[in-house]
Amino acid sequence: MTDAIGAAAHLTAAPPRRGSTLALRLRAGSEYLVIPVLAVLAASGLFGLFLLAVGKSPLTFLDLIWVGGFGSAFSWGNTLARAAPLVLTALTVAIPAQLGLTIIGGEGALVLGGFAAAAVAVPFVGSGAPALAVMPLMVLASLVAGGLWIGLAGLLRYRRGVNETIASLLLSYVAIAVTLFFVEGPLRDPASTAKASTRPIGALYAVGKMPGLNVHWGFAVGVAVAIALGVLMSRTTFGFAARITGGNMRAAQAQGLPVGRLMMSCCLIAGACAGLAGYFEVAAVQGRANASLAAGYGFTGILVSFLARHNPFAIPPVAVLFGGLAAAGGLVQRRMGMPDATVLVLQGFIFVVLLASETLYGRFSLFRISGRQGRA
Amino acid sequence: MTAQLAIVLTAMLGGAIRVSTPFIFVALGETLTEKSGRINLGLEGTLVLGAMLGYATAYLTGSPWLGVLAGGGAGVLLGTLHGLLCSLPRVNDIAVGIAMMTLGTGLAFFFGKPFIQPEAPHLPSIPLADWTGDPALAVALRVNPLFFVGVAAALVMAWGFRNTRIGLVVRTTGDSAAAALAMGVSVNRVRTLATATGGFLAGIGGAFLSLYYPGSWNEGLSSGQGLMAVALVIFARWSPIRCVLAALLFGAAGAIGPALQSVGVTQGYYLFNAAPYILTLLVMVGSSGSKDALRAAPGELSITR
Repeated sequence: MTDAIGAAAHLTAAPPRRGSTLALRLRAGSEYLVIPVLAVLAASGLFGLFLLAVGKSPLTFLDLIWVGGFGSAFSWGNTLARAAPLVLTALTVAIPAQLGLTIIGGEGALVLGGFAAAAVAVPFVGSGAPALAVMPLMVLASLVAGGLWIGLAGLLRYRRGVNETIASLLLSYVAIAVTLFFVEGPLRDPASTAKASTRPIGALYAVGKMPGLNVHWGFAVGVAVAIALGVLMSRTTFGFAARITGGNMRAAQAQGLPVGRLMMSCCLIAGACAGLAGYFEVAAVQGRANASLAAGYGFTGILVSFLARHNPFAIPPVAVLFGGLAAAGGLVQRRMGMPDATVLVLQGFIFVVLLASETLYGRFSLFRISGRQGRA
Repeated sequence: MTAQLAIVLTAMLGGAIRVSTPFIFVALGETLTEKSGRINLGLEGTLVLGAMLGYATAYLTGSPWLGVLAGGGAGVLLGTLHGLLCSLPRVNDIAVGIAMMTLGTGLAFFFGKPFIQPEAPHLPSIPLADWTGDPALAVALRVNPLFFVGVAAALVMAWGFRNTRIGLVVRTTGDSAAAALAMGVSVNRVRTLATATGGFLAGIGGAFLSLYYPGSWNEGLSSGQGLMAVALVIFARWSPIRCVLAALLFGAAGAIGPALQSVGVTQGYYLFNAAPYILTLLVMVGSSGSKDALRAAPGELSITR
């Protein structure tokens, strides 16, 4: 009972629209900004205490995050390159969340999408096939591979009532195992000795940097996809039906909404996003498919989506924040002599405090428009 | 010929017992938590943190049994945190579980770095078949005492659910919070205690991983076992006894890969790695929609919506 309410609460992120002036709406909506920001600050404070407890300086840490993530044009390039897959993997969580589904298998869909893109491109390398023909094929392969993977989790949920959270994570392990099987076996490049990889996709089919910027096109595409999906979810009948279903699935069914089709569509879109992230990791960053694709973007994307309250418009800025943390991770590791899991601990702190802050919504009269309209 | 087959089968049984032990502990812990009406998806994180802390404690103190206790302690900490967070109004237990996965794994990797190299003392095993004088059989049937502890815990839990006041309170809380309130029971306190105790068991399962089989600490030690054990609970229909049987089945499935490898089948190593996950999925597909599972499910559980 309380769980159902909890699940519904984070979906109704849109402020009340009717019968309120702009100022009131802003005040009511700001709750969804203020509480997550407070949660991040509180988690950072706790993490600072944690650093003190293990004998490290929180101020040095903060300084290194700034320098490594946001301090220079170079670090911004690094940050945005890491934010690019995070935007897309966060959408993998956010879109099904509109329906009340918790999908956490983005990592596997990303790996599989990247592998599919590489597998499609490799036979064409050196054949002289035009990039304009091969690149769309690569994109399509990654979209289909990722989409089908998360779509399968959606199908199992709808048809058999299989819990989609567990199923999607299990499928993620399977996707990584399948990819490793091909990368280490049938599709292995004999020249890759240190780390088994597919053959390189070559410069012809690679995605370049955006003009004048040190960032590949994946970031711009990710932001565009986020905006498009945000519009789809907040301004179309499809999105409206999805959010109704997320609020109360039985009521939606009773109203005659096509719940099964909505579930499948959202899961396919979600998986396609993760697959696209994998495409850019292969085509713009790695140049080939290998185990490095499973770098944790799928898992960080879960936190990004929760912090953005599953609102597609809010995902890009949050993704940039975590892209910066990831970008600075190496610097923190070297300068402070801390393990690479430091960023993971910080993410854990933020995640836990963020979920605890869920209980604060509706408690502050400051954010209420009136007693009647405020959420209890 | 038949003697050889018997040895292969006992080897499989020995392997099944080894592989299944952590599954038993995690599945029992999750059964207790879910019986009280909450789901803790974070047991994967508990397993990893329990493994790391258990290994580190065994290395530093020289006592593997203190390590087991430390692993359980890690589980109590994470379980209590999960339980308290979920006691706040409007906080979703599945989401908290995902967060605990991140936190548990993060902490384990953070503090575990220095313990990847050193050798910690292993848990001893009970030689069940040394008297036969058959070396193959003797090796196959060296069983870790924790396996028997796990089976005993399952029996105690099954008996306790039926016959004790605590069991009744946990079951009532899981089936109907309103009924538990009417009994004068604090729903949140029961659930938090159940999650903490469940975490203790899962942490022991983690310590088994690092202190007995595979018997070392590294960051790839657990890849989804905690999660599979959670899925197993649905398959076992929330019965502790069936948890043990299901865990043994999974253990046998997990023992097939190494067995094939030992006779020279190396092709498709990574596909064998995928087998346990696929088996879990199939088991979930088979058991999720079934009427038996729906009937046995605790009424307050959000997983069987």
